[in-house]
Amino acid sequence: MATDVLTGPGDTRRTPPAPAPRRTRRRAGIRSRETTAGWLFVTPVVVLLGLFMLLPILMALWVSLTDWNGQGSPFTGRVPLAGLDNYTDLFTRDGLARQNFMTSIRNNLYYVGIVVPAQTVLALLLALVVNNRMLRGRSFFRSAFYFPSITSSVAISVVFLFLFANSGAVNGILALFGIDGPQWFADSRGLGHLLLGAVGVDHPPAALASGGPFGMSWWDWLSGPSVAMCSIIILVVWTTSGTFMLMFLAALQNVPVALDEASLLDGANRWQRLRHVTLPMIRPTLFLVLALGTIGSWQVFDQIYVMSQGDPAKTTLTPAYLSYRTAFRDFDYGSGAAISFVLFLIIILLTIAQRWLLRERDAGSRARRAGRGPRRTGRRS
Amino acid sequence: MAVLTEPRRGTDGPARAGSGRREPRGLLTTFLGYAVLVFFGLVYLYPFVIQLGNAFKTEPDAAANPLSPIPSPLDVTSFLRIFDGTDFPLWFGNSVLMTVCVTAGRVGTAALAGYALARLRFRGRRVVFGMVVAMMAVPPVVLLIPKFLVLNQLGIYNSYLGLIVPLLADATAVFIMKQFFESIPVSVEEAARIDGAGAVRTFWSVVLPMARPALLAVTILMFQGAWNEFPHTLVAVQDPRLFTLPRGLADLVSGSLGKGTQYPLKLGAALLATIPVAVIFVVFQRYFVRGANEGADKG
Repeated sequence: MATDVLTGPGDTRRTPPAPAPRRTRRRAGIRSRETTAGWLFVTPVVVLLGLFMLLPILMALWVSLTDWNGQGSPFTGRVPLAGLDNYTDLFTRDGLARQNFMTSIRNNLYYVGIVVPAQTVLALLLALVVNNRMLRGRSFFRSAFYFPSITSSVAISVVFLFLFANSGAVNGILALFGIDGPQWFADSRGLGHLLLGAVGVDHPPAALASGGPFGMSWWDWLSGPSVAMCSIIILVVWTTSGTFMLMFLAALQNVPVALDEASLLDGANRWQRLRHVTLPMIRPTLFLVLALGTIGSWQVFDQIYVMSQGDPAKTTLTPAYLSYRTAFRDFDYGSGAAISFVLFLIIILLTIAQRWLLRERDAGSRARRAGRGPRRTGRRS
Repeated sequence: MAVLTEPRRGTDGPARAGSGRREPRGLLTTFLGYAVLVFFGLVYLYPFVIQLGNAFKTEPDAAANPLSPIPSPLDVTSFLRIFDGTDFPLWFGNSVLMTVCVTAGRVGTAALAGYALARLRFRGRRVVFGMVVAMMAVPPVVLLIPKFLVLNQLGIYNSYLGLIVPLLADATAVFIMKQFFESIPVSVEEAARIDGAGAVRTFWSVVLPMARPALLAVTILMFQGAWNEFPHTLVAVQDPRLFTLPRGLADLVSGSLGKGTQYPLKLGAALLATIPVAVIFVVFQRYFVRGANEGADKG
């Protein structure tokens, strides 16, 4: 009965008065048969998703409140309860757990801060070039740019391990320009520290040596991504830009040619047309790419696992990898699950923010296009 | 400035679209366009060329000339060792088994559920659809520990069942199939219904044949996903005899090979693991392109 009330209004809204009145008598029969068939059809998906996504999440939520060490079942009375300790250890209690977690958050923040803008700009650039009607062979290059996105992350990581090896291809190219390349995966120096070092600040000044939030000094927060992390950043930007290029390409193909030509007639140069015509038109896609990029960047795992395992000096540790390592290497499943849930929360908040903002943007741009759009373009050019 | 040049541009405006290359500025932009294309073409493809070339090198050669795509001497020992000295053939077999089962399972369950969610009116439909959409937003990496817990509890950790069964349903596939079924006209199905066919019969003999393009697209996407799947294998199996290719590759990299870097061998194994998806990509490119944009729609 309760479900009837719940689904009732939705159903009537979705089904316009399609079933003819004369069939009303049979409708009930059809309805119940459709209910049987409907549930028959969705049962496999409901059972599988319930059993291997919903239920496990609830189980892990429980485990995150315990100190289970992997022995026996975590769902018996013998497992020591920890309450919220696994969570508070990450934020408020001074110790290794918080130190590792905050280091991983710092690393991932720098990672997001570089990967998201870089892949977005690169993807837009590639899409603009591939969208240029004057050029031949565009579809070949489109495929070439997209190809890395569909290959196995592990296989690609193996290739990049070789490219960034001490005597690898990247250092070989740098040597052509007379640059002595770093030992990428052994180099834990942060870019921020290197920059500060370049202006003469080699050691933390007294103001930065301590006192940062969550028990980590300001100096450590300001380290920037390590050289090792930079090679992973380069790999990820290289692999993901192809996917986002396709999204931009789809959006660019929806920009009316007439609009571009009109601005050409008005004497706008290439940059002005991009800035004032193309970008406003593809703004929803731009925003979507930024949002999906941010959400994806908090999930980096495969590359870390294959290439650096969090080393050197924990500078490539990310929350996703830390949670795995804490559970499966240190056998501290409670703490590992707690890290997972904090990460989950970060990603959910980003997803909600994305959906909410996209809705605003969509509505906003539609209103703009309908109302002031044309006049505004006219005035600008 | 803009005002001054405006009339001149106005006159040859319509002609520009067709014959822009004749103008010196058009020529310059075209040249620049090609320069950018070729530069990025190299950036995106040369790593694969290096991979291919170095897989056929000796280890000292690969270490000394990593940039050169041409092996000297040409050496196939790394491939002989891949098949002889590692479990690669076994992993390949496991990957094929898992990919076939997972792809078939995902396409089948998604076609059924997608059709029901798009066409059949039943109590709880909106709840189920809400669950599917919510599951699409769950990031796979936070499921690592949860999945291990449930596999452990069900007693299928470290088995083929644990490797395959949890992946048999995919929320994104359901979503794509639902979108597809909503896009095709209802009239044919209604005709079948009026003829007295039940939902199952209609689905099997009328709807599925019409859905071939969407089924193919989802099959290709799911194949690619299953073949490349890594994190799940990490928490589902432990025995090297149950490894799939990505897991086996990761194992090779983390030092199960013994002495030396052995890059030619690793690159060769990675190359062989890439080939199936690469072939599918070349043959079915447009489906991948569409798939990427499905991803955009769901956001």
